[in-house]
Amino acid sequence: MIRPDAPVLLEIRDLHARVEDKAILKGVNLTIRAGEIHAVMGRNGSGKSTLSKVLAGHPAYTVTGGSVTYRGENLLELDPEQRARIGVFLGFQYPVEIPGVSNLEFLRVSTNSRRAEKGEEELDTFAFEDLVRERLKVVQMDPAFLDRSVNEGFSGGEKKRNEILQMALLEPLVAILDETDSGLDIDALRIVAGGVNQLANADNATLLITHYQRLLDAITPDYVHVMAAGRILRTGGKELALELEQRGYDWVDQELAALAAEVA
Amino acid sequence: MSNAQAVGDLVSQPYKYGFVTDIETEKIAKGLSEDVVRLISSKKEEPSFLLDFRLRAYKQWLQMSEPDWAALGYPPIDYQDVVYYAAPKQQQKKASLDEVDPKLLETFDKLGIPLSEQKRLSNVAVDAVFDSVSIATTYKEKLAEHGVIFCSISEAVKEHPELIERYLGTVVPSNDNYFAALNSAVFSDGSFVFIPKGVECPMELSTYFRINSGDTGQFERTLIVAEEGASVSYLEGCTAPMFDTNQLHAAVVELVALDDASIKYSTVQNWYAGDENGVGGIYNFVTKRGQCRGDRSKISWTQVETGSAITWKYPSCVLQGADSVGEFYSVALTNNKQQADTGTKMIHVGPRTRSTIVSKGISAGRSANSYRGLVQIGPKAVGARNYSQCDSMLIGDQAAANTYPYIRSQQPQASVEHEASTCRISEDQLFYLQSRGIGFEEAVSMMVSGFCRDVFNQLPMEFAAEADKLLALKLEGSVG
Repeated sequence: MIRPDAPVLLEIRDLHARVEDKAILKGVNLTIRAGEIHAVMGRNGSGKSTLSKVLAGHPAYTVTGGSVTYRGENLLELDPEQRARIGVFLGFQYPVEIPGVSNLEFLRVSTNSRRAEKGEEELDTFAFEDLVRERLKVVQMDPAFLDRSVNEGFSGGEKKRNEILQMALLEPLVAILDETDSGLDIDALRIVAGGVNQLANADNATLLITHYQRLLDAITPDYVHVMAAGRILRTGGKELALELEQRGYDWVDQELAALAAEVA
Repeated sequence: MSNAQAVGDLVSQPYKYGFVTDIETEKIAKGLSEDVVRLISSKKEEPSFLLDFRLRAYKQWLQMSEPDWAALGYPPIDYQDVVYYAAPKQQQKKASLDEVDPKLLETFDKLGIPLSEQKRLSNVAVDAVFDSVSIATTYKEKLAEHGVIFCSISEAVKEHPELIERYLGTVVPSNDNYFAALNSAVFSDGSFVFIPKGVECPMELSTYFRINSGDTGQFERTLIVAEEGASVSYLEGCTAPMFDTNQLHAAVVELVALDDASIKYSTVQNWYAGDENGVGGIYNFVTKRGQCRGDRSKISWTQVETGSAITWKYPSCVLQGADSVGEFYSVALTNNKQQADTGTKMIHVGPRTRSTIVSKGISAGRSANSYRGLVQIGPKAVGARNYSQCDSMLIGDQAAANTYPYIRSQQPQASVEHEASTCRISEDQLFYLQSRGIGFEEAVSMMVSGFCRDVFNQLPMEFAAEADKLLALKLEGSVG
């Protein structure tokens, strides 16, 4: 939902970043207000996953220029855990398995770290179980997954549901979902998208990073951004995604070439 | 700070128990000879059978050579440069704690093992051993009401010589190996536990070993006997001051379980491990063995090994009685330049004997951590079963983990399973936990304690949390 007077949650200005010696982001600009759903599309290597990692603070990526402001605060100087605590969430494309660490305990410690930041009381094991059982419904997840190790032996769809469950517990203000649709069958996609839709409200914002239109059939974006060569090349409404679907990414290459010619 | 550095710092916490107690000590001169063996025996006013036992062991030791098959490297030990007996000057063991030197009580207080009446742990009886002697044993009277004997081995030699003569050296013979022979010749003190027929020991028993002198070896000897249907849970803890020289620790522990008896033996070993360059620390050469002598008996070893510069230790079970059960649960953590070669031996002799081995090795820094285990199934062990699981976790990229499992079976109707895995705490796992609001140190300790959970679950409740904390402390500053 677009409301021009809604507060700005995330402001990305001319962001540059590299991994090892390779420059990947080359001047990304993006403003996200409360209540909005944004989709960033682009082919592999366009920099869209890097954008999500940089926003979450992955240590392998180095910011070389520009700024990211989250509710008026410089996000880039915070540790990854602090970003999570103040309400920035990254849903991973490939959630890692953590053998031996109980999913339930992990979810509880994680939820409490966010609650502490908000000045809310810590939930003990019993209170947390009540909360988690209620939130499980968002992704129609079997409570048996709580007793397993974090993501260990989960199928692709189960891992993604576990991501959305974490989002439901942490109640972030900005949720960045990196290729949440990858590896999902139709049913799982419907459940995951349903979860995201349920959690979206007027106070938070969602940034979907995706390759395909099909996720956007289930979650309607307010803005679609096309990313290429480390920059946002074009921004439009949901119809831009349909245009991409029809014309393919080759058209993006042509625009890039035209742009390069202009500069030269 | 990069993650690598941060994890590195996380494992390198200063050693908390490195202080030295300033107390007048009676020491004999350095070096080992037949006279020294005789001197130790006479200082302890031992009966002749024990002196004979020591002298025989000494002669055997002279004929033996130090084992070199373990994956350990250390400069040769000069056995003539070690003091074989040191005791705080208040020779006789006091009848009441009020008479014990307050400095000693204070030392154990500082170690978190209060001995005085008001402060002592409510459901754990403690035998406190300082250098070569036991200084106090708590709850003796209460245990005696149940017929349980819990005292220092020196005291047992005086009070219950017939039990010592009957059991000492029957599980680990004096010529078993180089270090066992050395211990048999010069052992100073340790604990003795006797649980009579049908008695379930009413409380946890615990011995706390403290090395204080810089040049003294500690050669403790522990003997636990559980008669028919008896059961006991025993815990051993150890610390030592920080010296830049190495101290020798060569202990022998023998357990005997008769029909339907069960012994649970847990160790939390936190000897000084040396500094980050490998200077100083304890050389820990220990022989621990339990014999399931009776049918349906059970012996369970749980160890959390975090200290020592060198660890050479293989708590084992000889499963002689039919349907007897042996268990070994181990967490061994090495950091900096520590070396550990540890594991177990499960010797299946009787029919339908069962054994379980769960070993978790964590190597950080530039340390080396090896699991070495033997599962042997004898010709009469029809239907014997073993399950072994050996997991290694590497922290950083300079540590080493090795697994040496040996399996020998002479019984076609036996089943032996071995599983092994190696993992590394990856940057992506840490980032995943961090991106959920979990701080870096907590993320590491969550993963490490998750890795060790199967073993910690075996520890007596009072100590499981302790072990968890100890590990987190030891790892502080190490992931990298």
